[in-house]
Amino acid sequence: MPELCGIELAHPVLNGSGTYDAIAARRVFGNALLEEFPFAAFVSKTITPQPRAGNEPRRIWETPAGMLNSIGLPNKGLEGFLAEDLPQLAELPVPLIVSAMATNHQDFGRIITALDEREEVAAVELNVSCPNVHSGLIVGENPSETLALLAALRPLTEKPLIVKLTPNVADPAAVAVAAEEGGADAVSLINTLKGAALDRRSGEPALAAGHGGLSGPAVRPVALAQLRAVRVAIGLPIVGMGGIASGADAAEFLAAGATVVAVGTENFSDPRAGSRVARELGYEAVPVAAAPSH
Amino acid sequence: MQAPRAPFGRRPAAVLANRASGGYRVVSLLDREGTEPVAGQFYMLAAAERWAGSGGRPYLPRAISVAETGPAAAGLRLDFLLDDVGPGTGRLGELEEGEEVWLTGPLGNAFGEPGELAGPGAAGAILVGGGVGVAPLALLRRRFSERGIAHRVLLGFRDEEHSGGLDLFCSAAGALCPEVRLASEDGHAGHRGYVTDLLEAMLAGDDAGSAVVYACGPPPMLEAVRLLCADAVVPCRLALESPMACGYGACFGCAVPKPGGGYLRLCVDGPVLSGEHLAMVPEAELARA
Repeated sequence: MPELCGIELAHPVLNGSGTYDAIAARRVFGNALLEEFPFAAFVSKTITPQPRAGNEPRRIWETPAGMLNSIGLPNKGLEGFLAEDLPQLAELPVPLIVSAMATNHQDFGRIITALDEREEVAAVELNVSCPNVHSGLIVGENPSETLALLAALRPLTEKPLIVKLTPNVADPAAVAVAAEEGGADAVSLINTLKGAALDRRSGEPALAAGHGGLSGPAVRPVALAQLRAVRVAIGLPIVGMGGIASGADAAEFLAAGATVVAVGTENFSDPRAGSRVARELGYEAVPVAAAPSH
Repeated sequence: MQAPRAPFGRRPAAVLANRASGGYRVVSLLDREGTEPVAGQFYMLAAAERWAGSGGRPYLPRAISVAETGPAAAGLRLDFLLDDVGPGTGRLGELEEGEEVWLTGPLGNAFGEPGELAGPGAAGAILVGGGVGVAPLALLRRRFSERGIAHRVLLGFRDEEHSGGLDLFCSAAGALCPEVRLASEDGHAGHRGYVTDLLEAMLAGDDAGSAVVYACGPPPMLEAVRLLCADAVVPCRLALESPMACGYGACFGCAVPKPGGGYLRLCVDGPVLSGEHLAMVPEAELARA
């Protein structure tokens, strides 16, 4: 039986944060979602201290074997999450990992303290792909910022802390080492790669934000290279992700040293991709949709 | 009208037929397990084979409104009207009989009926379609016809090459339904000009003041419809289109601005929205559309 930081899992497939809204999916598909929940643990969309509306459209753009997004972390804020979303996410049949982000240690600490009090929350994933307003540096791009953040947050909870690493650095292993030194329980990688596209008709940036994050099968080789580099640098469990669309893809990540894997962009094409990938990995009990008849 | 719910996940559907319809294609699929959709709903479609074509696209499934449905041997026939505007609609338009398509749906909400939207005194419906956006109005027109709901239909196209789907508005004998009026920017069919010219004249006359307007088409057309209806104090229901990766609320890509700030997700809050739930569209965005 796979496990992550002491959390027992029915199979080794999670979702990437921000690639599955279990509350919306239940509205769309009904309780069938709960009966055949695709993931062994559910990772929430990132929550922030205050509510966010998200970025102005256009937010997504298809690219070769992938897509760019600049969604902008729309969420109800910590209070809205605790009051409205958490009770619904607690009804899911799997452990809940909450993704959180803030732009200073105090706000981040407020989220961690609030989540620490909720037994529905099995673990917290720290989204560090954001600037620290005091230093102006992207926390996850800088080992010392990452170490300082962990030093501030680690004393606040005994729940597992998972650091989501950004691939937009020269040396992701150095950041992973800092996370380990700071007391993280696991790391997850990769987040999206910074990318841009132009609308060829207008010559203008395709996304309203100018650039976004690249995901999908196009990023898989980058993810595997970074996973291998991080694997030899730290001893912590690793949640491996980046363009996983099949069991064979997931097996590559597990062979490269991932403890468990996460499916992200493939969820958009296949709402049951998580259980399909688990089944293709050999977890026979996982229910999946019918294959094409030919 | 409650919109039916999709089975969980994507499922394979066989291509029953693919025929030309003016400058567009009508692709018919066999859905072996889904519930019957209502007008306004859509499906996410991707060819099971050769979806990633040249240059790695298409990659994401495409959100396509259902244009017509009916019983078929061993399931439900779903018709989709396709205009080849890119690699996704291009590949879907080339599907051959017997190929398989990944299908998720029916997704999204319903247009609703005039009585639900404007009360029992509603005089009926005016359906306004532009380009390939006529698709969901074909199913809506048939349903209104079967339910005895008074309706008129206004369809507009840019030019002959960019027109089609009229056979979806025809009687069994093949004649265009008498309640349909056409407009074309090049004058090849009906009124020379915009379909919204016809709507403006209709709203200015007779009893249209107690009607409900249903529209689907390009963003500038929908914005014109929204403004005409606001001026005439006529409720309108607009089926919008937005870039959409998933269709079930996961990707947050299909954000549509709300009046007063914030965004709706078109896939789960729409695709049909009431005019008053939409923020004014900036002119720059309309020009780009």
